[in-house]
Amino acid sequence: MNTSSLPDLIFTILFFFMIVTTMREVTLKVKFTVPSGTELEKLEKKSCVSFIYVGPPTDQLRAQMGSGTRIQLNDRYAEPREVMDFVAQERTTMPNPSAQVMSMKIDQHTQMGIITDIKEVLRKSWALRINYSATRRN
Amino acid sequence: MARKKKKVPGLNSSSTADISFILLIFFLVTTSMDTDMGLSRHLPNPPEPNQEDAQIDVKERNVLNVRLNAAGYLMVNHDFLDINQLRPRAKEFIQNKSNNPKLPELHAKEIDLLGMCYVTDKHVISVQTDRGTPYNIYFQVQNELVAAYNELRNDLAIAKFGRPYARCSEDEQVAIRTYYPQKISEAEPKNYGGN
Repeated sequence: MNTSSLPDLIFTILFFFMIVTTMREVTLKVKFTVPSGTELEKLEKKSCVSFIYVGPPTDQLRAQMGSGTRIQLNDRYAEPREVMDFVAQERTTMPNPSAQVMSMKIDQHTQMGIITDIKEVLRKSWALRINYSATRRN
Repeated sequence: MARKKKKVPGLNSSSTADISFILLIFFLVTTSMDTDMGLSRHLPNPPEPNQEDAQIDVKERNVLNVRLNAAGYLMVNHDFLDINQLRPRAKEFIQNKSNNPKLPELHAKEIDLLGMCYVTDKHVISVQTDRGTPYNIYFQVQNELVAAYNELRNDLAIAKFGRPYARCSEDEQVAIRTYYPQKISEAEPKNYGGN
């Protein structure tokens, strides 16, 4: 069997994946299903976006961490007040800090209390542009 | 004497497929497909340190109170509503077509490109949640409110400029945004009906 075109084929698939996917930056320690909405906007300028994840710990970590709602910043769990440091730290790596957008990936079943706490801290740290991450629904 | 034809030595490329397979698998593992989409909101500026709870005086008719309790029930002003009824209610409130004295005040305002208009620029939609309100309900409420604004802006854009809001020029979009300013405020959470 002539397999001389196989490398070209695989390279094509490789390039396809390189183009349509994005690098995963952190390993997720919380699991979440974001809500679905209709009035969504795409996040432009990936370099100005920081992510905050909120949800219960993943199945592997549940034995140690329990099943209460947790906030994940970068690679670790954090308290709401630590968001301020996170915002400042993220700003230093951005080419244009004034365009900073906080993307909040929050599990559907989270209670609003913790989210309000995060929002208060975000307000205090002048990270006013936020984005509630969601999936599109028709 | 017939000379033997010289053969070009071939490069052994049988491993290229394996190499590219390894690369492919590496990219499959380290990347994710998800495109990031979401509902964009703008938080208000932080309170001044020396600011004593200065309540900005807003007339009752100018406020649409949307309250969410811990069980996820929705209350708008004094009525219990279903989530599906929120969008028409919000649109009616923002527009105040009939100059109803219970809906927000209409002010005459000169807007570029649109001329003299009567707009409800003093209206506020206040969303108040309980600490126990599920995030999903809150998100759906925000989504419906943004949808109400988007629908109104779209209708106005089609009526005035003959094309949807998204395809209007920058100036036209500014004019429409002045006509229907998005005013969704979020109050501090309260405990409604226990946890």
